[in-house]
Amino acid sequence: MSEYNKPLPALEGLTKEFYEFCRKEDLHFQQCASCGTFRHVPREMCAQCNSFEWEWKKSTGRGTIFTWVVVNRALHPAFHDPSPAAVPMAPVVVAMEEGVRLLGNMVDCPPEELKMDMPVKVVYEAVTDEVTLPRFSRIKTPMP
Amino acid sequence: MIKDSACIVGIGETGYCRKPGSGMSEEALQLKASVVALAEAGLTGKDIDGILAFPNLGKSEAFAASLGAENLRFAATIHMGGASPVASLRMAAMAVHSGAANYVLIPAGWNGYSGARVRETLSSDKNSIPGGAVAWDYYMPQGLTVPPQWYALMCRRHMHEFGTTHEQMGAVAVAMRKHAQLNPGALMYGKPLTLEQYLASPMLADPYRISDCCLETDGAAALIVTSVERARDTDKTPVYIMGAAAGQPYPADEITTRKDFHKTGLSIAAPEAFQVAGVAPADMDFAQIYDCFTFEVIQQLEEAGFCARGEGGGFVENGGIESGGHLPVNTHGGLLSEAHSLGIGHIVEAVKQLRGEAGERQVASAELGVVTGWGDFGDGSIAILRK
Repeated sequence: MSEYNKPLPALEGLTKEFYEFCRKEDLHFQQCASCGTFRHVPREMCAQCNSFEWEWKKSTGRGTIFTWVVVNRALHPAFHDPSPAAVPMAPVVVAMEEGVRLLGNMVDCPPEELKMDMPVKVVYEAVTDEVTLPRFSRIKTPMP
Repeated sequence: MIKDSACIVGIGETGYCRKPGSGMSEEALQLKASVVALAEAGLTGKDIDGILAFPNLGKSEAFAASLGAENLRFAATIHMGGASPVASLRMAAMAVHSGAANYVLIPAGWNGYSGARVRETLSSDKNSIPGGAVAWDYYMPQGLTVPPQWYALMCRRHMHEFGTTHEQMGAVAVAMRKHAQLNPGALMYGKPLTLEQYLASPMLADPYRISDCCLETDGAAALIVTSVERARDTDKTPVYIMGAAAGQPYPADEITTRKDFHKTGLSIAAPEAFQVAGVAPADMDFAQIYDCFTFEVIQQLEEAGFCARGEGGGFVENGGIESGGHLPVNTHGGLLSEAHSLGIGHIVEAVKQLRGEAGERQVASAELGVVTGWGDFGDGSIAILRK
């Protein structure tokens, strides 16, 4: 794991708290204690009602694909290596059940199989000892 | 801003290149363009008392020191990426109208090819990346690192909701390339592009192909803005800033969670600019639209009000934005086919068109034109210019 060479988040402030949950394989979003609005990325106050009161709420972890980009050619040096299989990769934007959107990558879906509104659930990848990134996995709809 | 309260009285360019590079510093490039603009206006560096420098590409203090601008009293930088030059034009107009400065210099230029490339600067410095900490902490770890990837998220959603096609994006690329064939200063002069060649271009950040992306080039340009009264004493035909505005998307530092995924800074800025100018999109003889990528032209034409949201693809098809079409767009070839001049080149081209100095690519009897800027995560700026 020490050889992980890709960009990592700076574990500071609210971002540190967000990723601390991920490290425990748990996904939490901020919810305004005053008006109930969920928010992501983490912010100091509620843009809806300007309240500073909020709490971390556990997410259902489920959502649907909202949009994505296929990175056919890595333009960041760290995403060239170490494996030639690093690209194509596809950062996906997922519309979560709480009403926020979360950026991630699919762990089990090649880019050409991505579809709008496809149901997905969050999974976790511990990329270093300190950082676990949220990723997504398909929710297989049961056969009728 | 107040309608018709300021004029552009000087433009300057260094010319643009890729290999072997400009061989000059970014500061020297911008100073060279500034001196050309000053000479055009019949001014010297000593006359400059206002400077609006481009973000991260040089400081007003350093430009003033070299130019001999001993009485600098107005200096600022508008942090809107490629939207900065047009936003600076608006700020310059407000400054000269209010008396904060008499002659404002707007320089912009870089070694975008031979120096640090965008992909390098955007991956190494948390403070210089659009979105700052948001991008650093939530985008880059997931492999979303550079502009074509950010904007591709918007493009794909637009294609899904409105049926915008690759062929329509290709129509933008082909139009820009066609215009560059009439511009000997364009990097793509002598290198035409067909729709078939466009469609064969490899994917870079699907839905963007290589041919959807702007050039990376070296070069600089500069503008001089002054009041209407002072403009009467300068050498060139003044170009009036009829109306201008700037705007931010919401939130400006984060793309993925926007409620209205297609609303950009231009959606706010364009109605204001047209209202100030007292004219409508349909009155424009040409439009210089910031074309970092093909889809952003379609998107900005919609958000600026040239057509309804979702109809931009149809607007650009069938030669609609080519010279002779219903709205000639980027008559110089734009960032896609002339050079990546950070958006200031779009203003320079508009001035040339309105002065009647655009040579072979001159739009017949051009009297009124619009210029837009686009930057960071969808910051927008717009200026309506007239003779």
